[in-house]
Amino acid sequence: MSVPYAKLPAWADYGLIPLVNLAVAFIVAGLVVLLVGENPFRAAVILVEGAFGRGQGIAYTLFYATTFIFSGLSVAVAFHCGLFNIGGEGQGYIAGLGIAIVCLSLDSVLPWYLLFPIAIAAAALFGALWALIPAWLQARRGSHIVITTIMFNFIAASIMVYMLVDVIKPIGAMAPQTRNFLDGAQLPKLNWLIELFGFAKIRSAPFNISFILALVMAWLVWLLVWRTKLGYEMRTYGFSPKAARYAGISETRIILVTMMISGALSGMMALNPTMGDQHNVALDFVSGAGFVGIAVALMGRSHPVGIVLASILFGMLYQGGAELSFEMPNISRDMIVIIQGLVILFAGALEHMFRPAIQALFASLSPKSVGMAQAGKGA
Amino acid sequence: MAEAAIELIGINKSFGPVHANRDINLEVARGTIHGIVGENGAGKSTLMSILYGFYQADSGEIKVNGKPASIKTSNDAIAAGIGMVHQHFMLVDNFTVLENVILGAESNALLNSSIAKARSELVRLEREYGLQVNPDALIEELPVGLQQRVEILKALYRGAEILILDEPTGVLTPAEADHLFRILKQLKEQGKTVVLITHKLREIMAITDTVSVMRQGTMVATRETARTTVEELAELMVGRRVLLRVDKGEAKPGAVKLSVKNLVVRDSRGVTMVDDVSFDVRAGEIVGIAGVAGNGQSELLEAISGIRNAVSGSATLDGKPIDLTGAADPGELRERGLAHVPEDRHHVGLVLAFEENENSILGYHDDPRYLKGPLLNIDAILADAKDKIEKYDIRPSNPRLKTANFSGGNQQKIVLAREIEQDPGVLIVGQPTRGVDVGAIEFIHKRLIAMRDAGKAVLLVSVELDEIRSLSDRILVMFAGRIVGERGPEAGEGELGLLMAGVERKEAAE
Repeated sequence: MSVPYAKLPAWADYGLIPLVNLAVAFIVAGLVVLLVGENPFRAAVILVEGAFGRGQGIAYTLFYATTFIFSGLSVAVAFHCGLFNIGGEGQGYIAGLGIAIVCLSLDSVLPWYLLFPIAIAAAALFGALWALIPAWLQARRGSHIVITTIMFNFIAASIMVYMLVDVIKPIGAMAPQTRNFLDGAQLPKLNWLIELFGFAKIRSAPFNISFILALVMAWLVWLLVWRTKLGYEMRTYGFSPKAARYAGISETRIILVTMMISGALSGMMALNPTMGDQHNVALDFVSGAGFVGIAVALMGRSHPVGIVLASILFGMLYQGGAELSFEMPNISRDMIVIIQGLVILFAGALEHMFRPAIQALFASLSPKSVGMAQAGKGA
Repeated sequence: MAEAAIELIGINKSFGPVHANRDINLEVARGTIHGIVGENGAGKSTLMSILYGFYQADSGEIKVNGKPASIKTSNDAIAAGIGMVHQHFMLVDNFTVLENVILGAESNALLNSSIAKARSELVRLEREYGLQVNPDALIEELPVGLQQRVEILKALYRGAEILILDEPTGVLTPAEADHLFRILKQLKEQGKTVVLITHKLREIMAITDTVSVMRQGTMVATRETARTTVEELAELMVGRRVLLRVDKGEAKPGAVKLSVKNLVVRDSRGVTMVDDVSFDVRAGEIVGIAGVAGNGQSELLEAISGIRNAVSGSATLDGKPIDLTGAADPGELRERGLAHVPEDRHHVGLVLAFEENENSILGYHDDPRYLKGPLLNIDAILADAKDKIEKYDIRPSNPRLKTANFSGGNQQKIVLAREIEQDPGVLIVGQPTRGVDVGAIEFIHKRLIAMRDAGKAVLLVSVELDEIRSLSDRILVMFAGRIVGERGPEAGEGELGLLMAGVERKEAAE
């Protein structure tokens, strides 16, 4: 039995509710900070200033955000088709292998602007193929995609350990990583973009051109989901597999195609930390960004604009959090993880906690703004 | 005048901006059968949910047996002596009748004493009200009519003096419905009070003492049943005169459009649901398939429309074979001129979360009219949706509105508009007016007749016998997966009812 609620205007749905959730998350996080004996207001100031106060901070925030945009989009695309792709971590990790192959073989021959498209294609291809196997198992064998994609994260990790330790590590090197990429596989920085806004010279921040790629991908995902026939079919299947069957949409095809797109986006996430920052492919370079994508997609309501904003928020938590643990010794890195967890909890898992109250408020303040709603014919 | 068993005074209930119940006053006399009629969305179910403690009224008062009652949960309602038989049964399928009856009313942690008590109680109830049912039978093995009896027993076991039945006959054969009515009359004679919610006016006339009519959240009239007519009630429900009979001319059947031979369909558990079914549908005729819900009609529709693979059998569409056992998929059949209005518009025929215009292309989204290269042609889709909204009088007339916000009747019109406007040669329709208000029923029936008169073949499946009889040119009766008889539209209700209950077939076998 469903209790029909009034519909909210879009700005409240996509703006107000996430803001309220976020505010509550920060209030609870503040209590935790209080508990360890630090001043929560000072902590908040350090966090925000660390992330946005200086050009250097902004560059780092956006660098982290870049990766999250890719992984958030990946989760969102699958989600629109009713699939929960938990395997972004593994898909991104395996994509690192594709990037390594392309970069190691071509970085001495090609300039970055020729190598970058090839690397994008390789990353997308490796990510897509890694997602294809769980997708096929789901579509043809009925193995649940949540289970299989999680398992594929572990398989990806094992393969990468083997590859990095035994196959592509330069002979004689100690670290389990590839040799450093030459200039041809190093993406140009975008720090000058931030300096344009009057910030001081940024000395060393890895904010790079893949941010632009992430924004382009966000736009393409919007186009795909809401403006193409394929997106229409994905959403139909996502909302109602029975209706999709009725409409003549092939279940196998739509699952395979969607998961490959999702995997490709996860794969592209690997470009930023490898070619953009470290200039090598190292052990565990994804470091949880694939999972952050789930939170980002939840918080961004699976809409590209929301995902970009949520990614910047999480970028802020990463960057500001690093500053915070440096400034306040009582607040360790683990505390930052707690704060991130609270944001995920309130913005993702408890997303609907305040909705009924806000809806009731809207309905009583201005019945017109909530528009038409379902008549009371439940029960 | 007898004392009131239930009194509702000034009940109001809103869901957001929707006023589902507005200043409702209702008095139900003790020891009577009181009918409540109204279109879907008129607020009947909301009102009864308030009485049974599912919802809280925003304002107003409930009195039970003259005393003010505060009913906040269904336990309060049960304590006040109110029992409810839901439209969809609340039974545990793999429990026995006894276990279901004591569920939630166990007297202590060990079941033995409760079961023994319930068993003797059931025997008493059986004697008093003629409610025979084997206490040790598993629910899943009982026919629907008996399952409903268990629901009634559950309520009586909990000491209900007032029994609310929500659309109780929707799933019953005419004979089972008659039996139910006899039970209700017996309950009434024993002094119980019965509130019957229904949209079937004939039932109201047959069994109730008083009837209240609801429209758009208000109680518009209460009448003594003996002093009112079906026509008056229908007018009160809709707010205007309604044509209850469908006007249609003589059918002019042409060539065979759809032919099905020896079709066998199994459900996901492997149970044979359609068993060796063969029939033809010609151009310019409506063939109706009558039957009690669950006798294979749904599976038949799904197989013909390509949603479910048949096990064996053959079929032709316009004389060309279609492979229902595998290759035929709904998209391909649609392209060949077979349109399908599915039984379950909420999960199959529509995507409720979509905007109206998105649903108006569901299944036809491959049509180049709606595409611009790889992109959807949003302008064309919206224009097309607006066009259909106008033609079919779909309200509200906003193609950008979420489909879930349309009423049942308007949702059904969205599906019909989409399928009929593609100008198919064959239209197969499942339960076209289930959950649809009276006004829209009239419209939908006219549309189906118009399809027939335009020389299309229409296959109609419905559990509403009235609908089958008034629309069909030929009636096939389905029972236990087989077609057990074919009759003309002039066949009597009793005759069809017997066929639907499988009586003739049993006699032939003996």
